[in-house]
Amino acid sequence: MSLPERIELEIVTPDRLFFSGEVDEVTLPGAQGYFGILPGHAALLSELDIGVISYRRGTDEFHLFCSWGFVEVLPDRVSVLAEAAESPDQIDVEQAKADKERAEQVLRSREAETDYTKATVTLREAVARLDVAERTAKV
Amino acid sequence: MPGANLRDARRRVRSVKNIQQITRAMKFVAASKLRRAQDRIFSARPYASRMLAVLNSVATRVDPAHHPLLVERDTDKIMLLVITADRGLCGAFNANIVRAAAKHIEDESTNKTISLTLVGRKGAEWFRRRPWPIRHEYVNIMSKVDFKYAQEIARSIIDYYAASELDAVHLAYNEFKSVIQQRVVVEPLLPIRRLETEQQPPVLLDYIYEQPPPIIFDHLLPRHVETQVFRAMLESEAAEHGARMTAMDSATRNAKEMIEKLTLHMNRIRQASITTEIIEIVSGADALKVARG
Repeated sequence: MSLPERIELEIVTPDRLFFSGEVDEVTLPGAQGYFGILPGHAALLSELDIGVISYRRGTDEFHLFCSWGFVEVLPDRVSVLAEAAESPDQIDVEQAKADKERAEQVLRSREAETDYTKATVTLREAVARLDVAERTAKV
Repeated sequence: MPGANLRDARRRVRSVKNIQQITRAMKFVAASKLRRAQDRIFSARPYASRMLAVLNSVATRVDPAHHPLLVERDTDKIMLLVITADRGLCGAFNANIVRAAAKHIEDESTNKTISLTLVGRKGAEWFRRRPWPIRHEYVNIMSKVDFKYAQEIARSIIDYYAASELDAVHLAYNEFKSVIQQRVVVEPLLPIRRLETEQQPPVLLDYIYEQPPPIIFDHLLPRHVETQVFRAMLESEAAEHGARMTAMDSATRNAKEMIEKLTLHMNRIRQASITTEIIEIVSGADALKVARG
């Protein structure tokens, strides 16, 4: 059996089909760390964390923001079920910077009523958004 | 007295005209709500269908013992989740769904225990007068369908299921086929069914799991149930607006016909009374002439 040459990548969120297309390589923010998928990968199931989904088409790289979800990897198909996803042009860099700073402040404050879980999520989402923006700008 | 009759006829025309105005307004409201509901369905469909595909694929590959939601056990205790509308005036929409649900219950209830969870006031009102036990009622949420309601409903279902209080859950709702067409659907929701294998996957290998399967399934499966409930609610919402639009459209047309008929009737009465009056005047004048002559 020959290996498929490309991967059909599909990213869906509960309210819409976010992305669909053929790509050469995908990198995903798994719950245990980032992992890359090339065509012909063995069937894999993973949870996704807050992070950056990157895919490559030829020599062009694209980056997307993703927050929680699941991915099913089959040799010729990658289906991402994300709770939230944003493309670079949907990301408000200033807003993300402000969020990051605020979350850091909250985490530094060390007050009893600090909601660490929430602040950590906000911080990580902001960092991931900035990451997407930065990496996209570099290309 | 002809004058009173005429007044009656006028009054009836006016009241039918008022009704027609209301039905026409309701038709336009339903049409605009339908458009919004339709957009929401279309944009929610990819996620729901991908989720279903992944789930089916997962359920086919893995050992069902991995998770309680995949285990098919002997079905003794079935719950039917029925989604209806909160409001009436939408044709046979609610009647169709409760009739199909009742039939489904009767088919299943020969040797099984049936219970119900109802979404929508119309269904709740109908089933309250029936002998089957109702576990939950969710009323007045169909006007603002939200994922959080779907989550709430799905979680309560999963809790019952996990506690073995239920062996299967079926879902009955109106599917939105087109603006003028709704289809009553009764489908299994739990346990999550294995894929009907039209084409057997070439190798039935288990997945590589980045996390232990129980942990992935613990998050994925409830999410799937929530998504299915949410989708059913969106479908039902759009179908309801479609049904109401059609019903109000034909009501408006019927009102128009009635107005025409009543107007004709009214004009006849008016003419009759005018004729009578003329005859009275003429014969009165004749009488005077005779009296003078």
